Amino acid sequence: MPTIILFAPLIGALLAGFGWRIMGEKNAQYLTTGLLFLAAFLSWIVFFGQYENTETITIMRWVESGSLNVDWAIRMDRLTQIMLVVVTTVSALVHLYSLGYMENDPQWNEGESYKPRFFAYLSFFTFAMLMLVTSDNLLQMFFGWEGVGVASYLLIGFYYKKPSANAAAIKAFVVNRIGDFGFALGIFGLFLMTDSISFDVIFGQGHTLAGTRLSFLGMDFAAVEIITFLLFIGAMGKSAQLFLHTWLPDAMEGPTPVSALIHAATMVTAGVFLVARMSPLFEYAPGTLVFVTVIGATTAFVAATIGLVQNDIKRVIAYSTMSQLGYMFAAAGVGAYQVAMFHLFTHAFFKAMLFLGAGSVITAMHHEQDMRNYGNLRKKIPYTFAAMMVGTLAITGVGIPLTFFGFAGFFSKDAIIESTFAAGTAAGSYAFWMLVIAAAMTAFYSWRLMFMTFYGEAKGDKHTHDHAKESPLVMLIPLAVLGAGAVISGVAGYHYFFGEYVTEWFGTAVYINHETNQVIHDAHEVPTWVKLSPFVAMLGGSLTAWLFYVAKPGLPAAFAKRNHGLYQFLLNKWYFDELYDVIFVKPAMKLGRFLWKKGDGSVIDGGLNGLAMGIIPWFTKLAGRWQSGYVFTYALAMILGVGALITWFMFTRGTL
Amino acid sequence: MTIGIEHYLTVAGMLFVIGIFGIFLNRKNIIVILMSIELMLLAVNINMVAFSAHLGDLAGQIFTLFILTVAAAEAAIGLAILVVFYRNRGSIDVADVNVMKG
Repeated sequence: MPTIILFAPLIGALLAGFGWRIMGEKNAQYLTTGLLFLAAFLSWIVFFGQYENTETITIMRWVESGSLNVDWAIRMDRLTQIMLVVVTTVSALVHLYSLGYMENDPQWNEGESYKPRFFAYLSFFTFAMLMLVTSDNLLQMFFGWEGVGVASYLLIGFYYKKPSANAAAIKAFVVNRIGDFGFALGIFGLFLMTDSISFDVIFGQGHTLAGTRLSFLGMDFAAVEIITFLLFIGAMGKSAQLFLHTWLPDAMEGPTPVSALIHAATMVTAGVFLVARMSPLFEYAPGTLVFVTVIGATTAFVAATIGLVQNDIKRVIAYSTMSQLGYMFAAAGVGAYQVAMFHLFTHAFFKAMLFLGAGSVITAMHHEQDMRNYGNLRKKIPYTFAAMMVGTLAITGVGIPLTFFGFAGFFSKDAIIESTFAAGTAAGSYAFWMLVIAAAMTAFYSWRLMFMTFYGEAKGDKHTHDHAKESPLVMLIPLAVLGAGAVISGVAGYHYFFGEYVTEWFGTAVYINHETNQVIHDAHEVPTWVKLSPFVAMLGGSLTAWLFYVAKPGLPAAFAKRNHGLYQFLLNKWYFDELYDVIFVKPAMKLGRFLWKKGDGSVIDGGLNGLAMGIIPWFTKLAGRWQSGYVFTYALAMILGVGALITWFMFTRGTL
Repeated sequence: MTIGIEHYLTVAGMLFVIGIFGIFLNRKNIIVILMSIELMLLAVNINMVAFSAHLGDLAGQIFTLFILTVAAAEAAIGLAILVVFYRNRGSIDVADVNVMKG
């Protein structure tokens, strides 16, 4: 059954990508969507089915080279099952949604065929993602890791007629390369130390690796610290954590379903999955875990501040995604891997829904993405409004504190915040405060989005507003399903991801070193004010948003004017892009220009031309002098030749 | 002093080398080249006859007669070419015979 789940998207991608001319555009779309629903259905069966700790299904022997033996195998444990459900469900719904969303795309002219390509890419992405989550060793994981990178590149640049889309695609690929380089180095390091990259082997080596020293960049560390650190660099790139995050907002150039699938629900969470998967190593690397916590918490905070002032609806949600990923890493960093997976699980539902809802709004508004041109849309597109409302309630974490009534985010986000507090370390309390502040800002920007889009007065082009109409049913059904997930996934998963069943439910999939790590247990016993803090933060943020955008709509502009410097700083995303431009891009361009003009132009071209037009003719002229045409020259040559031959003959006596 | 085979061979070697130098030190006249070739052939002939007498084998002397015949024919052809060449170019200077120049 897992094999079918894994290969159904691949078959769909291949058939739709190469065979759509034979079967027709419509059939290609239905085929990929159908196969994805099959995969999703089977995933849920596997998810609820009989659970044995870790099951390995070998497909084939992949690499055999010296002591490096790699199988292509499916590793079935709880982590894989969670990811399977998340990936296939969201992917299937996004496929369905795309049937409607991609129907009439203004980017393409009449008669141009783009839909089968889009669906093939989507299915290919799903296959690569499944490869990543089902992997049994790091090489296979790396394959999936790069596969989703390629799919992400192709889909961000799907509108290849737009230069900005191409630039964004290249940016995403290049920034991810930095992370992937770290990831690859981590794999090399692991192979160097343990002589294996198979999970079964390396997971048992955590303790040994903690005792081994490894020298890196002239400094001496515990081997496990370096390896986990390098792996985490990879996770940072893929999951858009601070310093390697600049590609994610630009990735919004892709079609909205892509943003929902790849850049919100699945691919960007691969980093979190990696950390949870490698927990047997991370558990022995306290230094790296502190780094993970700090980066995660800081990312959550920074992304939330930027999200406060963005005006593009998709960018707001993109920064929101980045912020939520920061939450997950903070949870993983304090050792609550299950809680990180919990947030990953719930986040996939509500964030995919927010994106799809945003896509629905964008379609209704004729591809207008600036929220300043929205307003008062709740009566025009009531179902989308309802879906977005559920999504917002979920992401902001609305619920009744100290009870089991609430939306998905209420459980998972509060669990993260409680875990960071329970960690009791300096990094943990830093993360706690950062995440509480970020929770307030999450509420603010989420409600700001809602108020600007659906409330107030209609702004912008009047004609567009008059023609705004609800999306077709194929786009609303996925919203409804994801909405159901956003409501119940928190309350349904709470006991398994965070509550009393967590240890046996995860089994051996996540390793917790119980001597040092009691976080999940302690998180249930934090003081009441800690449990209330995210709720208070959420309430504060929501009320501020209501005050700013409903009660007194003039206030934001006045506030921005008063704090002009801060506003510009946030609006320009902390000037990260500009900074990188100065530090990396410009020097790289200069170096490239130098190598092009001087290196290639002068040295290589000049060298070859000099050789071909100067030195060779000089030699030919010399040789030409022998061809004088005078008989005696040739006679001399002949005699010299004969003399040489005879001499040689005499000395060797004719034997060689 | 008896005259042995080595004396004949020395004379023949000297004649041969004179012939060689006659070919490519001469810048003046093609007839000199032809004469040099004759000289080299004669040097070979002397060798042949000398070895023939020395070894008591007549084959060498018979070959010498063949070579003389061929040399006569060669000289006749060479001179004939030279005459035609002179008619065409009006000169038999070696310096003018360079139409083979690459």
